[in-house]
Amino acid sequence: MAAVVATTPRADTGSALGGSVGYLARRLAVALVTVVVAISANFLLFRAVPGDAASMVKVPGLSAAERMQIRADFGLDQPLGSQYLHYLGQLAHGNLGISFENRKPVTVNLWQAVANTMPMVLLGTVFALVAGMATGLIAAWRRGTVLDAGGLGAALAFYAMPAQWLGLMLILLAAGHLPSGGISDVFLTGADWWARAADHVRHLLLPALTFGLASYGQYAVIIRTSMLETLGEDYVLTARAKGFSHWSVVRRHALPNAMLPITTLIAMSLGLLVSGAILIETVFSWPGVGLAVYDAVKARDYPMLEGDFLLLTVSVILCNLLADLVYLRLDPRIRSA
Amino acid sequence: MPPTSSLNAATAARRWLTWLRQNPAALIGGALLTAFAVLALFGPLLTPFGIDQRVGPVYGAPSPAHPLGLDDSGVDMLSLLIAGTRISMLVGLAASMVSVLVGGFVGVTAGYIGGWVDTALMRITDYFIVIPALPLMIVVATVWAPSVVHMVLIIALLLWTSTARLIRAQVLALKERVSVRRARAIGAGHARIVLRHIVPDIVGLLVATTVLAVSVAVFFEAALSFLGLGDPATVSWGRLIQIAFERTAISSGAWWAIIPPGLCIALVVLGSSLLGTAIQHAANPKAGIAHVSSRTFRIRPVPEASRD
Repeated sequence: MAAVVATTPRADTGSALGGSVGYLARRLAVALVTVVVAISANFLLFRAVPGDAASMVKVPGLSAAERMQIRADFGLDQPLGSQYLHYLGQLAHGNLGISFENRKPVTVNLWQAVANTMPMVLLGTVFALVAGMATGLIAAWRRGTVLDAGGLGAALAFYAMPAQWLGLMLILLAAGHLPSGGISDVFLTGADWWARAADHVRHLLLPALTFGLASYGQYAVIIRTSMLETLGEDYVLTARAKGFSHWSVVRRHALPNAMLPITTLIAMSLGLLVSGAILIETVFSWPGVGLAVYDAVKARDYPMLEGDFLLLTVSVILCNLLADLVYLRLDPRIRSA
Repeated sequence: MPPTSSLNAATAARRWLTWLRQNPAALIGGALLTAFAVLALFGPLLTPFGIDQRVGPVYGAPSPAHPLGLDDSGVDMLSLLIAGTRISMLVGLAASMVSVLVGGFVGVTAGYIGGWVDTALMRITDYFIVIPALPLMIVVATVWAPSVVHMVLIIALLLWTSTARLIRAQVLALKERVSVRRARAIGAGHARIVLRHIVPDIVGLLVATTVLAVSVAVFFEAALSFLGLGDPATVSWGRLIQIAFERTAISSGAWWAIIPPGLCIALVVLGSSLLGTAIQHAANPKAGIAHVSSRTFRIRPVPEASRD
């Protein structure tokens, strides 16, 4: 969900430095500057909120002098510049503040959320990849047939559905068969490890399936386009002329080259997957990064929201960097540029 | 009015019809969008019941009088859905138009002026592209008071980037055209060149991007409303889904309260993707769309033109 980052690594290869070192250095510098910009934007955005942390302290009969004292204690009377430096210093120590809601450090809350989100998002991505690969390959292979139109049409239709709604539809369909929310059954305390694992997987299925269905369309379309381009290449014709079977031409000659854009797409969408989970986790009360955003919004828990946003931004930037690295590894043309 | 203009209009209309007949995808997309636009415009005349009017039991099942049943406070769902069409379509269209205006302005400025202005604008664009859209929208919507206007601006704030890139690439190619060089040689000013020689050539692309952006805007409206960040005083499709979700329509088995708004969103998203892609191909066959996606809405400019 959300706009998948549109930086095509190809467009930036004309680096003046040339070669893979220059390319890497350039990408790294861009990533670093982006992180700094994101941190600064984060800082300013939350300082623009009407009322500060001192106004959150609601004690009856609190005098103006005491309120000023609280502001001084939190450093809120300092000029914005020194507050910013202080903020940077705290970030450098991995301190994201304390959650207004449960009074635990934001980092502790976030680690737990990431640990919960990962399995759901990864399984969902596997679903999306399998469905997307199958649809894209078959559609490209049987181009112009009913199979092509039907498969691609279904993929686009699923892609057009709002993820939160798709999740609710699945809950309706699976009512009585699969749990509709949460990460595990709270009454399952005395059970052994296997029973608990099975319960966990049962809770995992619906959110992951929603995730897969809502996002496999983009993989299907990219794989189909990429395969169609590759299938028109001369070496595919040569392979056919040598007498290889259709399937072996697709698998050994066309697919590896067609995988190039897909690999980058996957790496780039990894970071967005996490933020895309916001809607799905909300629907399924899955206690991950996305639900943390939703809960923070509801409770106006600014430190949590700030930390969560920073985590999501940095993860997207890191995944973009990863995409560039993968591309560099896969496409020799960039290395020799 | 010159006498030929009605003839031209007729020819243009016939060309459009021919184009639509040759592009079934555009026809379907256009029909879907037109239907929803009509519903948004004339909806209040069609709604059989008021959206604050209690007409039956809580989550009353569909019946001949109420084909889509009743919601959690006994209000007619069909009336709510039609009322929601207006806000969802308004936010979708307004946000995409604002975003295309901003993106078009940035793209033309960067492409036409070039130099450090171009570099600076494109760097800013890059940063906006990297920052995850939905979380940023959520953050801004949380610190800003909820209203329809704010919703439009928040969505537009993150939607303009792909337009800016696409238009910049196009302007870079256009400004080297012979016609533009000739205009410059006979002393045309910058304003004249941009307004008379460049903008007319990118209008088609701007229309295509606007139509495509509608799908993304509608999607984001639904997402933000679902997270409770919409204007609580208005009804939109996204808010209908949120209300149904929060007031346990699912466990009450009231599928009629939740299926229609989602279907409407999917149809509008599909319609604008189909129509936008078709216009895009007609306006600029060389700029291929990387994929017909609602959410990522990515347009890949011609490689040669995108290079500096």
